[in-house]
Amino acid sequence: MTRPARAALALCLALLLPPAAHAIGDPGEMLANPAQEQRAERIGEQLRCLVCQNESIEQSNAGLARDLRRIIRQQVVAGKTDEQIIHWMVARYGDFVLLKPPFDPSTLLLWGAPVLAVGAGAAAILLVRRRSAAAPVPLSEEERKQASELLGR
Amino acid sequence: MTPLQRRALLLAPFGFAAIGGSAMWVLLERLRDGAYDPHAVPDPMVGKPVPHFALPGLQPGSGFDTAEVLKHAPLLLNFFASWCLPCAQEATELMRLKQRGLPIWGVVYKDKPDAAAAFLKQNGNPYRRVAVDEPGRVAIDFGLYGVPETYLVDRQGILRWRWAGGLSPSVVRDWLTPLLKTYT
Repeated sequence: MTRPARAALALCLALLLPPAAHAIGDPGEMLANPAQEQRAERIGEQLRCLVCQNESIEQSNAGLARDLRRIIRQQVVAGKTDEQIIHWMVARYGDFVLLKPPFDPSTLLLWGAPVLAVGAGAAAILLVRRRSAAAPVPLSEEERKQASELLGR
Repeated sequence: MTPLQRRALLLAPFGFAAIGGSAMWVLLERLRDGAYDPHAVPDPMVGKPVPHFALPGLQPGSGFDTAEVLKHAPLLLNFFASWCLPCAQEATELMRLKQRGLPIWGVVYKDKPDAAAAFLKQNGNPYRRVAVDEPGRVAIDFGLYGVPETYLVDRQGILRWRWAGGLSPSVVRDWLTPLLKTYT
């Protein structure tokens, strides 16, 4: 296998594998109750780290992400629901903190873009097919004569 | 296909390229003059009251809490740390604002009090009061995600402006000065 091919294969395999899930290096950060810890991780995975911006709070090593992880765990233990915890984050950091943007009027175009693109493509295909399906305009007497002359008939 | 249609089809890609190119140019211009920042974090706390907090002071000064801020508002609340480079860079701008008579209160973010005191000795102290948020927990209630960050608190104790990053002469001129006219 050539080197670029091998690199491409490695990349594909890396993309297939689930991402390295957690940055929590310190097991002391984790909750003793596995169900609660799992819930906390699920919430943290939906939240953007404000410092590194393309990592979730669970993945990031930033100090702020660590603080927010701790707050999520405190709230999980305190019996808050997922919605309450996420709302707490949004109140401080806005919708930007959500890795998956909410569906509302301001994000209509964002969520609607795939539908729009497919619609535009379908419209273009229909238009082209309808046009090519139309019967060609019949030749006039003059054109017919020219054609038979050119064809040598 | 008529010749006109043919010409239109030929020119269409150039048209698209021209539109795309102009859009890109506008984007880059806005990026350069700071009107557009793709890394900007929204300010959901702007328009809301100062969150509830109480912090110890940087010795020998005393700390402050929400009630204390409300009593002395309007004022500028500035989060800083000795380990933060832009904080040292914005120090001259803060000193200039202090000379204009604007009350500035400081909050030390995730830093040792000793280090913060040494920082103020070295860079000048623009603050009337300085509190210490060593765990950085109060800062989170302000929606802070890094230092320096500066908040303008109006007379009613409403947060009117948040600036994430160092204050520069142009930031003060273009953003803060007009707001100060409205809210102080």
